[in-house]
Amino acid sequence: MKKVTIITGHYGSGKTNISVNLALELAKTGERVTVVDLDIVNYYFRTADFKKLFAENGIELISSMYANTNLDIPAISFDIERLCRDEGYLIIDVGGDDAGATALGRYKEPFEELKANNQIDMFYVINCCRYLTSTSEEALELMYEIEETARFKHTGIVNNSNLGTETTVQTAVDAVEFGKEVSKNAGIPVIFNSYPAESEKPEVEGVNFKPVINFVKPIWEQ
Amino acid sequence: MERSLMKGNEALAEAALRAGCKCFFGYPITPQTEISAYLAKKMAKAGGLFLQAESEVAAINMVLGASGTGTRVMTSSSSPGISLKSEGISYIAGSDLPCVIINVQRGGPGLGGIQPSQADYWQATKGLGHGDFHVIVYAPASVQEMVDMVINAFDKADEYRMPAMILADGLLGQMMEPVTFPEIKQKNSEKTWAADGHKNKRKHNIINSLYLQPDVLENSVVERYKRYDTIQENETDAENYLCEDADIVLCAFGATARVAKSAVNQAREKGIKAGLFRPKTLWPFPVNEINEAVKNAKTVLTVEMSMGQMIDDVKLAINCSKPVEFFGRTGGIIPTPTEILAEIEKLGGAK
Repeated sequence: MKKVTIITGHYGSGKTNISVNLALELAKTGERVTVVDLDIVNYYFRTADFKKLFAENGIELISSMYANTNLDIPAISFDIERLCRDEGYLIIDVGGDDAGATALGRYKEPFEELKANNQIDMFYVINCCRYLTSTSEEALELMYEIEETARFKHTGIVNNSNLGTETTVQTAVDAVEFGKEVSKNAGIPVIFNSYPAESEKPEVEGVNFKPVINFVKPIWEQ
Repeated sequence: MERSLMKGNEALAEAALRAGCKCFFGYPITPQTEISAYLAKKMAKAGGLFLQAESEVAAINMVLGASGTGTRVMTSSSSPGISLKSEGISYIAGSDLPCVIINVQRGGPGLGGIQPSQADYWQATKGLGHGDFHVIVYAPASVQEMVDMVINAFDKADEYRMPAMILADGLLGQMMEPVTFPEIKQKNSEKTWAADGHKNKRKHNIINSLYLQPDVLENSVVERYKRYDTIQENETDAENYLCEDADIVLCAFGATARVAKSAVNQAREKGIKAGLFRPKTLWPFPVNEINEAVKNAKTVLTVEMSMGQMIDDVKLAINCSKPVEFFGRTGGIIPTPTEILAEIEKLGGAK
């Protein structure tokens, strides 16, 4: 992974869960990892929910001082530019859709600088089981809308096609073609395809599968 | 039938479109704004009208007007916004007009908070506006039920010519679950009462809730209450989970029922005979169903995201035949399965 990874996508594509998984994976290899909760549009189910899990794994969590409070305002009370210059890896979990990606727009200059040094990725998380982004056309339309407000272009796709608690290995296997189509039309590679970590790894030729643990669960499943 | 992953609020909106809703009037408020956002995108494409009104008061009166023409119409809000709509809801009920109202509850009173709550139970079931009237109140506990209940609510509102409410909460509105949209059989119920142009072919229809003669007003209310009797007889709905041999029956609705079910499962693993009764209609309250559910129980425990608003209905429904205890969290705090389990154990767990 590069120094900075930005995670974007549709509401419900699983951005937060992918961010948490990537952070844990890096932390397990002994790397210093910081996760930024840059979600300014969603006030339920966000990375700031994982304070304890991150602390246990030595991951630093940066989130708005208003995250998970009743203050319904899109505040960013931290300095992303400084965080990008800090030691270690930075994962930025962005809010859903183009509305959420608006928060990225103001960092165009530092992001371009990192890009010039090949130090930044922006991954677009896709989910073909998700209503309204279930076709390649819909997924691409949203991807371009996100790039428009983010003022930055994606460098890869994470195919995180899932049906929430009903996700099986078959869900992941069935979604491979969808990922390939989005990748082909967008002109950027599929970085990995996710599958439920509790299942056996599926084998499809030429497809990179990565086990993903589901951390974003309702209170009654925790 | 295809399963897809949807957010509760989106599912409510999509279900309304599929149920033939042609007008939506609303005003944004957290945590239900996705309903408006979704319909703003999709309603026009479905041949309907989406309008963000200048206020909740304006929106609910637009609902009254649209409904008067026989159009399927919906509005949605969250707790403080529903309070603003209450005058209009009373007018709609008094005019015998159907509509669907969604309340994705948040913490109160006042401006309260934006986290989930069930503290509008009293408002929904007993005090949704001035005057003698009821609305049918559905309490979904999953994103799938959001879909099914919205579709049903439109049908029942038309059938009984009255408002129907979906009483959801912020958690249900914001969470994602897989859903399947059922085939919808459009019921062709002709609305002979609608003020939609008589074209000189019939007497004109009047939509009104003002009666200057008290005896005429009394008659209109009494007629409405006869309809309410039919509803109480035919429209109650509830889920019964492991109640048959239960010593302690939990009573919870909506998202809280999902947490309570987890607690019941954990109690069962510990050898405690616990069960769950979940009303799916809050008005009419499922009286026969709860009596059946608690018949072998020693204790009833209502669990709510409020200071205890359903507990009186539970006591009345079972005629205080068993002790009814209460556990709740409020202000936007969701009770955890562990807390509820502790409460079950505190009450003796009745092993």
